[in-house]
Amino acid sequence: MHPQRKQKLLIILFMLGGISLAVTLMLVALKENINLFYTPSQIAAGEAPKQQTIRAGGMVVAGSVRRSDDDLTVRFDVSDGSHAVTLSFTGILPDLFREEQGIVALGKINDDGEFIASEVLAKHDENYMPPEVADAMEKAKFVKKYQDTEAY
Amino acid sequence: MWTRLKRLYHKMGSPKWFYQISTLCSKWCMAVGSVLMLTGVVWGLAFAPADYLQGNSFRIIYVHVPASLLSQSAYIMMAVAGLVGLVWKMKMSFVVAKVIAPIGASLAILSLLTGAIWGKPTWGTWWVWDARLTSMLILLFLYFGVIAIYNAIENDEMANKAAALLAIVGSINIPVIKYSVEWWNTLHQPATITLSKKPTMAPEMFIPLVLTIFGFYCWFAVWVFARARNEVLLKERRTKWVRALVQARQHKSQIGGDA
Repeated sequence: MHPQRKQKLLIILFMLGGISLAVTLMLVALKENINLFYTPSQIAAGEAPKQQTIRAGGMVVAGSVRRSDDDLTVRFDVSDGSHAVTLSFTGILPDLFREEQGIVALGKINDDGEFIASEVLAKHDENYMPPEVADAMEKAKFVKKYQDTEAY
Repeated sequence: MWTRLKRLYHKMGSPKWFYQISTLCSKWCMAVGSVLMLTGVVWGLAFAPADYLQGNSFRIIYVHVPASLLSQSAYIMMAVAGLVGLVWKMKMSFVVAKVIAPIGASLAILSLLTGAIWGKPTWGTWWVWDARLTSMLILLFLYFGVIAIYNAIENDEMANKAAALLAIVGSINIPVIKYSVEWWNTLHQPATITLSKKPTMAPEMFIPLVLTIFGFYCWFAVWVFARARNEVLLKERRTKWVRALVQARQHKSQIGGDA
């Protein structure tokens, strides 16, 4: 390669490397602010600020959804596998809200450690399948569960 | 092999040769792209099964994913073309970088719009400031920046250099977009299609998606060729070969008019 061109290429690559490093450091420093939501584990560890509007996200625990008799209030547990937080929300839930589905909620943690949500968003996962396949998978899961209990 | 590649590279630098070869490439891309797009779109919209959770609204994926992928690939192409132009002073590569910018910007807009339209029924919101959506918006602004430089700087050479530099620096955003869903908690789901793993999508939904993706790439090439050819003709309007071309066209249309 022509030495002049080589020098130019090196300058550009050096510049790109320097800026990448700066951006990386910035993103690492801002990590907590870039995260859209706190996980239940983070909330349990006290990492999430109390009495401040934050977002919390996780899976809706199966069988935990309780609806109020006289208004639109719904309470359910949100878990990330190791910890869970109880969430209460008054309003209309998104269509995709389901047990064992991910959600992201906006709200505040009150003194009792309950998360009072003002907005609940459904988080979609990366899996796409036709209803028949989903049914078949559900059935397989059920059969497996049944066989597992049979074994005891 | 190396010498052949080198010869091809030098040929590519010639506007006249580019004009001739792009006519042929463009036709092929148009034909292949049309077949892929038509099959993919009809299959995806009419025949692919509905998703078990989202129902029919998932079908926007057949526009959203190709547009998002391509707007990022286009950015990389623009940055690489800019780099080649800066270092090796290749005229044609600056032309390619220049014509890609508005196309990439429109694809980024398409991606953001279709994403918002899908987000409302699925997530329950049009927009959320998560890492994926925000970095994608930054990509659009980078495209706007590149376009603005071309329009703001009168001197062509200066404009080319400045725009190429911005394109190269902005390419840092591409890995950020790609890995945003893994590095941070986001509302946007992780990638369905990855090179390393099996797609987390049923094959009868996945195949039409692949077809539309490749269809988008073909039509992108057609679009780039068309704009680049325009640019070449405009830049080379005083050269002998362009004049001969124009004269031949005029002659042809005159004959056509008489008949």
